[in-house]
Amino acid sequence: MITSLFTLFRSFFKIGLFTFGGGYAMIPLIEAEIIDRRKWLARDEFLELLTLAQSAPGPIALNTAVFIGYKVRGIRGAVASALGAVMPSFLIILVIAIFFAEVRHNVVVDAAFKGMRPAVVALIVVPTLSLARGMHPALIGVVILSALAVWWFGFSPIYLLIAGAAAGILWTTRIRKEVRR
Amino acid sequence: MIYLQLFISYLKIGFFGFGGGYAMLSLIQNEVVVQHAWMTNTTFTDIVAVSQMTPGPIAINSATYVGYTVGAQGGLGCWGGILGSIIATFAVCLPSLTVMLLLTRFFLKLKGNRYIEGAMAGMKPIVIGMIGAAALLLIFPSSDEGASFIDGWSWLLFGLCVLGSLRKWNPILLIVLSAVAGIAIYYVPTVV
Repeated sequence: MITSLFTLFRSFFKIGLFTFGGGYAMIPLIEAEIIDRRKWLARDEFLELLTLAQSAPGPIALNTAVFIGYKVRGIRGAVASALGAVMPSFLIILVIAIFFAEVRHNVVVDAAFKGMRPAVVALIVVPTLSLARGMHPALIGVVILSALAVWWFGFSPIYLLIAGAAAGILWTTRIRKEVRR
Repeated sequence: MIYLQLFISYLKIGFFGFGGGYAMLSLIQNEVVVQHAWMTNTTFTDIVAVSQMTPGPIAINSATYVGYTVGAQGGLGCWGGILGSIIATFAVCLPSLTVMLLLTRFFLKLKGNRYIEGAMAGMKPIVIGMIGAAALLLIFPSSDEGASFIDGWSWLLFGLCVLGSLRKWNPILLIVLSAVAGIAIYYVPTVV
């Protein structure tokens, strides 16, 4: 039986609606909905999907939706799933943005945001530390240099990403050649 | 033309958005706060806070929100904001959609491709550095107007949240608790 585009849309709408706190939080949701309930993906394909979703730019949730949608119903399926994944975010944020403009200067809201700002910074600092832990000292040097380049010198991170990708490609191809010799 | 600039900025953010939501924050911050000066660091931090607390990927939530905020400056009011949010959200999704479709189509050929593996490995330290830069820019903004840290209480809350986050506390819970603390610290003394 052909899966309808609406079913794809609905499944990813549900995943988008209940994903709090970034890409990895939605892995159990995807397992339950896509693998167990709909059987659009075999369990051993799941790891391949995650690798692919992380290699492509953009949010993992969106990349996953595109992959599954394409696998089930081709390009139209990919668009339906992507719309489903994005729609809950879009609608909720739009309502908040419209409403928030009016309460922004409320003294209580203002006080709450003064408390929330340091928390947001903390939530960004911690992954930096945990990701860098256990890395080679030379790579930690690269981490620090790129942080300084973006923060202090206002470099666009885009050039650094391109440079990093180029260096990584040079490195792996050179290593391969040496092994062959 | 603010809407065209918004579209191009978010297309760039989407296309170079490797490494998940936090790494994308650095790109967004660079485009929206540093390059175009569409908003202050404080407004940006507030948008990140709201994006954290609502469901869905941070990149998409913040695209919708930033798009609304920037679009509303275009002179059309609320409708300009809605137009801006549609443009930014569409632009940030477009690269994902096209790159993923290409990867999915040619996946079998790409699997284990050493060029892709090399590129990913090379980008990893840069991505971590970008996350660090986003944090540094929020801690030490270029002007006082964008300050996230206003007094000792800010640093205390920051320290507690770092500890909580290291102990794997739920990030939404940490933000909500900090909001309550903010009300207790900055609002309650003014009325009691």
